[in-house]
Amino acid sequence: MMNQSKPTIVWFQAITCNGNTHSLLSSNSNRFELFLNSFNLIYHPSLTINNSLEYILENQKEIDFLLVEGSISSNEFIFSISNDSSKNLLEKLALRSKYIIAVGSCASFGGIHAKFTQNDDICGIKEALENNNLQTLIHPIINLSGCPVHPEWIFQTLFSLKTFGKIDLDEVGRPKELYSTLAHHGCTRNEYFEWKVEGNFGQKEGCLFYNQGCRGPMTHSSCNKILWNEISSKTRVGMPCIGCTETDFPRNNMLETKKNMGIPQEVPLGISKRAYLSISGVAKTFKIDRLHKKLME
Amino acid sequence: MKMSVGNMYNYFSSKEELAKFAIKYSTNILAEELREVNNMDITSKKKIYLFVKKYLENVQKSPEIIEYFLRVYLSNREVFKQGCEGFLCVGEFVTEVMILLDDGAQKKEFREQEFFPAFGMIMGCLGGFAFLSGENVLDKDLLSYSDAVAENIYRALKYDESV
Repeated sequence: MMNQSKPTIVWFQAITCNGNTHSLLSSNSNRFELFLNSFNLIYHPSLTINNSLEYILENQKEIDFLLVEGSISSNEFIFSISNDSSKNLLEKLALRSKYIIAVGSCASFGGIHAKFTQNDDICGIKEALENNNLQTLIHPIINLSGCPVHPEWIFQTLFSLKTFGKIDLDEVGRPKELYSTLAHHGCTRNEYFEWKVEGNFGQKEGCLFYNQGCRGPMTHSSCNKILWNEISSKTRVGMPCIGCTETDFPRNNMLETKKNMGIPQEVPLGISKRAYLSISGVAKTFKIDRLHKKLME
Repeated sequence: MKMSVGNMYNYFSSKEELAKFAIKYSTNILAEELREVNNMDITSKKKIYLFVKKYLENVQKSPEIIEYFLRVYLSNREVFKQGCEGFLCVGEFVTEVMILLDDGAQKKEFREQEFFPAFGMIMGCLGGFAFLSGENVLDKDLLSYSDAVAENIYRALKYDESV
């Protein structure tokens, strides 16, 4: 893994469940090999690598890509590494990095840890670093949100930056290439959505938007375009999208659709409720027998 | 109407088409009025009072429109079974009722319940009063009942803090 001619990567873990590391290690083996051959992964706490974090802090004067997994806190009582807070360590690493990439929703926006009311300083890395003058940074901080992030999103981002030096971001710092579409795009249940046919958890048939809390039509991600393990996605196996790439994740009662008088409180992104209800009323008028049958009986 | 009966078929291919257009026309009048009310920055209670008043004014001024809905549309479903089934011809009005109920429930002015019982209660109440008016059995001016009808609808919908 040590090759000085390749861009260096430091993977720093803060307050995390390691889910994004698991995701990385579950990537396509050819892609992972290409990644290791193209970059110099000089530190990852979960992998067998010669360097310790202390060594990196003392000796590595320049980091090309700083990848951060987990949310950040200045409170050592909440979380510490080598008797230092995650915020202090992040700052030390950030001040020598060219690119900083938040890997996962916790590093991007604080995630579940930021929901704990006992501590109000847990946050994502952009917020944690907002008072620092990051002179070595040559690109805005990139948020690869997701719980976990798709490993291919990490690779595509790194290869784009390695090749082109920059990547277009949306208003919350996510690469447009990966987050400009919705989880709804490519969902195999779209015909059920169009005709308003409800589905149940774990079933092959029906749309999960009406009762199961599916956030596909309002969540920016490419989960149904770049498939997980290259074969599937949550919605394809009957698990509703829980909107894990958005800034408000996690929300309460994620496996049920919030409704008022039987009407979904939130409608697909960018569509007025009046327009949505008009179309829904018309679609519900027609009962398509094929869509009310089991796919395999 | 200064038009021969035969001339009507230059505009509508059949009696059924004419009937469908008539029901769309009549319900869209109510839909536009309710949309106007829905877009107002007032409480849901006031919206109900205002819409009931507008509805009863329609019943009084253009009884043929409401009568058509009650006596033709609801009673002759076979005429409307092709292309006017379900909400197809009355969709705009139903949508506005959905907006009214959804908005009221979101603001916790209305209690949570399923859509159809609430919709049926409103329509039953309004339709019933149009029927009573059409039968000339009301002992007072129709509009004088407006607030009482609106109050009944509101009480059936209103948020119950004790639950």
